[in-house]
Amino acid sequence: MAITTGTAETAAPDGGEGIRRRDFIEIAAVSAAGVGALATLVPLISQMAPSKDVLAESTTEIDLSAIEPGQAIKAVFRKQPLFVRNLTPAEIAEADKVPLSSLRDPQTLEERTKAGHTNWLITMGVCTHLGCVPLGAGEGEVRGEFGGYFCPCHGSHYDTAARIRKGPAPTNLVVPDYEFTSDTKIVVG
Amino acid sequence: MSFPWAKVYEPKVPLMRWLDEKLPLPRLVYNAVGAGYPVPRNLNYFWNFGVLAGFCLVLQIVTGIILAMHYAANAGVAFHTVEHIMRDVNWGWLVRYAHANGASFFFVVIYLHIFRGFFYGSYKAPREMVWLLGVVIFLLLMATAFMGYVLPWGQMSFWGAQVITGLFEAIPLVGPPLKTWLLGGFAPDNAALNRFFSLHYLLPFVVVGVVILHIWALHIPGSSNPTGVEVKSESDTVPFHPYYTAKDGFGLGVFLIAYFLMVFFLPNYLGHPDNYIEANPLSTPAHIVPEWYFWPFYAILRAFTADFILPAKLWGVLAMFSSILVWFFLPWLDKSPVRSGHYRPLFRKFFWFGLIPTMAVLFYCGGAAAEEPYVMLSQIATAYYFLHFLVILPIISMIERPAPLPFSITESVLGEDDGAASAKSAEAAA
Repeated sequence: MAITTGTAETAAPDGGEGIRRRDFIEIAAVSAAGVGALATLVPLISQMAPSKDVLAESTTEIDLSAIEPGQAIKAVFRKQPLFVRNLTPAEIAEADKVPLSSLRDPQTLEERTKAGHTNWLITMGVCTHLGCVPLGAGEGEVRGEFGGYFCPCHGSHYDTAARIRKGPAPTNLVVPDYEFTSDTKIVVG
Repeated sequence: MSFPWAKVYEPKVPLMRWLDEKLPLPRLVYNAVGAGYPVPRNLNYFWNFGVLAGFCLVLQIVTGIILAMHYAANAGVAFHTVEHIMRDVNWGWLVRYAHANGASFFFVVIYLHIFRGFFYGSYKAPREMVWLLGVVIFLLLMATAFMGYVLPWGQMSFWGAQVITGLFEAIPLVGPPLKTWLLGGFAPDNAALNRFFSLHYLLPFVVVGVVILHIWALHIPGSSNPTGVEVKSESDTVPFHPYYTAKDGFGLGVFLIAYFLMVFFLPNYLGHPDNYIEANPLSTPAHIVPEWYFWPFYAILRAFTADFILPAKLWGVLAMFSSILVWFFLPWLDKSPVRSGHYRPLFRKFFWFGLIPTMAVLFYCGGAAAEEPYVMLSQIATAYYFLHFLVILPIISMIERPAPLPFSITESVLGEDDGAASAKSAEAAA
């Protein structure tokens, strides 16, 4: 290995295989190429994330004025079903009397609704087990053993606060981010 | 498959030894582009373009697969999905500009690769099969590029599809029904767009297959070199890695700088503004030209303006296809045993002052409007083009007296006497 351009600093004391200038060039070149290759991955990967038009559809406005106590509707939020339910006083009372310690995913009805609007239970209509749409929001649909929702795919029962009570689902039906813009209108997302 | 002094792959760690016994894939790579492939020591930068073409193919496949994730080949929405890619998809603009300009750079690289073959006689025995497969790859690339250009479904896409499928109409008797069959209709529409998309996705993988054959065929005699003298001994070669991986790496860096200058600063320079107008079957743009890489062949197509026994249209189509098909016969048209243009004074004159200016004229005329003087220039250049390959080249190879060749590659690099040369360099170093 002839070192024709090596200086005293770069050549090893014994003049053999030490650190050479070429080693520096090689490491620098390969590192620069490596950083470039990694940077290339950013567009290649993030192009698969939701595009701008998909993100633009991510809020939904819902008018609650036509929903009577005891009724529920299915709306659409981010191309997924959204359950909007007007609870009766009996259903609220039933949800409140359940001891938290008996729940798989302990949450009170108050934690799952907005203050002053405890009768409005707004949850995703997506079973937390494997993503089927539970029954119970439509007219005449089975509401399961606890009077809330029932997922027919694998038999998950949700109560009147849409909390998991029986079956394989790990958590309660998800409450999305939403706010009341007036007494009868909400904006989800 | 290689020279007897080629380094032999020796797996160092037990895992690689185990893999080598079951599936010698690392060995294959080592012998193809690693230290196991001895390459002439005197290659110049024209030998970079094979690797660069391979890089372009990968680039086009990767960006193309991404575009296909967001594009819809339906005449009703195709144009809008392209705009969706440009505006909504994360980095979609970059991927699309990279793909569109990647096609142009692919052709730049391919043309330089072919130019290298022409000048250095790379098509001659024992590498005829490498050349023939290369021409096949070129034809596949042209078909792929044309169908890709149709997919955005803009005005140039639509009318390009109309004009190019119209070529097949020139074929006697079966022409018109053949065109209808190709399009699946009487004009380009949804059926044509869908099949073009399907084939545009398929053909690059066919190209990958032929490229593997191209490299396989190359590795039997080994790479040619600028002197055209075959490898005689170990001192004529260096291992591909690290010598040519480094040289190709440098070439790749230069290529990427030029490429990204276009992608980021002039992304639409090589395109046509009319293609940002949605396809309209009722209105042809005033000046329709193909993409720049088809211009020489487009000029040949348009050079035939008068009927002579056969209709002018048929002559144009035959001439255009023949202008590439004639390359298939090149190894047998140029009979000179000397490969490199460096040692062929007469060939070199006709190459630099005949073929190259002719190609330049055809290139310019193909992009110009179909009016005088460009029509006449195309006619003269077309005539010379065929004259060059079919008459001039065979005659040159018969009458030419080549310059003396170096005894070996080593001699051409280090001077006449290997020992004297190394003594001289030792003197210079001292």
